[in-house]
Amino acid sequence: MKNIVIIDYGLGNLRSVYKGLEHAGASVSISSDPGTMLAADGVILPGVGAFMDAMKNIEGLKGAIKEYVGSGKPMLGICLGEQILMDRSEEGKLTDGLGLIKGNVVRFPHSELKVPHMGWNSIQITQEHPLFEGIPDGSYVYFVHSYFVDTTQKNILAACGYGRTFAAAVINDTGNVIGTQFHPEKSGNVGLKMLHNFVRMC
Amino acid sequence: MLTKRIIPCLDVTLDEAGGTVVKGIEFVDLRKAGDPVELAKRYNEQGADELVFLDITASHEGRGTMIDVIERTADEVFIPLTVGGGINSIEDIRQILRAGADKVSINTAAVKDPDLIRQSSQIFGSQCIVTAIDCKRNTDVEGNPDKVILELEDGTPAWYEVVIYGGRKSTGIDAVQWAKKVEELGSGEILLTSMDRDGTYDGFDIPITRKLSEELDIPVIASGGVGNPQHIYEGFIKGKADAALAASIFHFGEYTVQDVKEYLRERNIPVRL
Repeated sequence: MKNIVIIDYGLGNLRSVYKGLEHAGASVSISSDPGTMLAADGVILPGVGAFMDAMKNIEGLKGAIKEYVGSGKPMLGICLGEQILMDRSEEGKLTDGLGLIKGNVVRFPHSELKVPHMGWNSIQITQEHPLFEGIPDGSYVYFVHSYFVDTTQKNILAACGYGRTFAAAVINDTGNVIGTQFHPEKSGNVGLKMLHNFVRMC
Repeated sequence: MLTKRIIPCLDVTLDEAGGTVVKGIEFVDLRKAGDPVELAKRYNEQGADELVFLDITASHEGRGTMIDVIERTADEVFIPLTVGGGINSIEDIRQILRAGADKVSINTAAVKDPDLIRQSSQIFGSQCIVTAIDCKRNTDVEGNPDKVILELEDGTPAWYEVVIYGGRKSTGIDAVQWAKKVEELGSGEILLTSMDRDGTYDGFDIPITRKLSEELDIPVIASGGVGNPQHIYEGFIKGKADAALAASIFHFGEYTVQDVKEYLRERNIPVRL
C-alpha cells in the first residue's frame, strides 16, 4: 500500500483530501514532520486561504520539501498548494513561493466575470500525463480561486477558460511535481479518479 | 465554460430518538433511513454541483449531531458542502469546517455583528464564507428615501428589507446595500432568499436576484420559490444568478437534478452533465 503524506501547515479542510486518497487505496497520514514527509511515497500540498499566510506557515518545511522533490518522488499541490509551487505571487504584496515551477501567480483582471472563479468548469488536457489516465478531455472539475498561475506552455498539463485561458494543471521541468488549480477532492468521480491516478504514480 | 450550479438544499433536524431526519422528505426509503447522508449521496449521484445543509434546530444540543452528519457526508460525497443555521461565532465556523464542510452560510449572526464576516473571511478565506440574506418586499418607498428602489413585475416600486430569525424579524436594512457591505467585508458568495417566494412554487424573485447579480462581483445563489425547471432557467436568464438552490422539487421526487440539468442544457444554459 502506498504511503501518502498530506502536509499539514495549518490551512484548510484536509478531511476530503484524506478520504479521497483513502478511497484510492492509499495509506494516508497528515503531518508537519519533515522526516515523515521524506519517508513518504507521495506528498500532497493542500491549501486554501492567502498566499502570504501559506508561505509563512510553510517556512520551516521549505528545506524538507526541496529535499523531497530532489529525490524525484511525486508531489501534488492543490489550489493554493499549486500556487505556492511557483516563483512568486502578486496576492497581497509580492511574495516569493517555493520556486519549484517557473512562473507567477496573478489575479483575474477586472471584467464582467465574477471573481472568485467559483464552480464547475471544463478542462482541456494539453499534455498526456498519468494523472489524466481515463479522464476524458473536457471533463468538469471544481474551481474556487481569484488568482491563477501564469507559466509557459511546457509547464502546463491542462488549460481552462474563464474570460481568458489559464493553467488548470501544471508540472515542473523534471516531471515529479504537479499542481492543480481545481480541487480533485471536490470534483466528484472525475476528481477521485485523478487522486487514484496520483496514488498509482507514487 | 463555467457552468451554472444546481444546489439541492437539505433541512436537517433532530428526531425524538436523537437521530437526524430530513424535513419534508417524501421518499419512503429515505424517510425510513432518516439519514441526510443517504439523501446527499443520492443527489450527488444525480449530478448535484454542491449541497447545502441547513441545521434547522440550530441549537447547541443539535450541534454535535450536525457535526456527525457533516463528517459522514464529507467522507462519502466528494462535492462541495455548505452548512448553515445557527452559526454565531468563529469557533462554530472552525468546528464545521473541521468536520469537512467547505463553506459556512451565516445569516442572523452577520446582521447582528457584521464584523463576524470580516473576521471569519480573514481567518478562513473568503471562499468559505457565504452570507445568507433573507429579504422581503416593502412597498413603502416614500417613507424610505435612502433605500434602493426596484421595480416589481407589475411596475410597483419596492425595496427589499432584510429579515432575520427565519423571517420573523424585520431589520429596516436594505438588502442591496447589505449585500454590497458583506462583499466589502470579505464574504465570498451570497445566498439570497426572498421570503415572498419561499415555499410558493411561483419561481425566484427576479427583481432582487437580478439587481444583486448585476451589482456584486461575487457569485449569487438564488433561492426560494422553485416549482419547476423553467423557474430555474428564469433565475439564470432573467435573474442572472450564478447558481440555483432548490429543496422541495427535488425532495418530493417531482424532478431529479438530472432532469433539471437536461432541461437547461436543451435551452443552452451551460451545465455539468
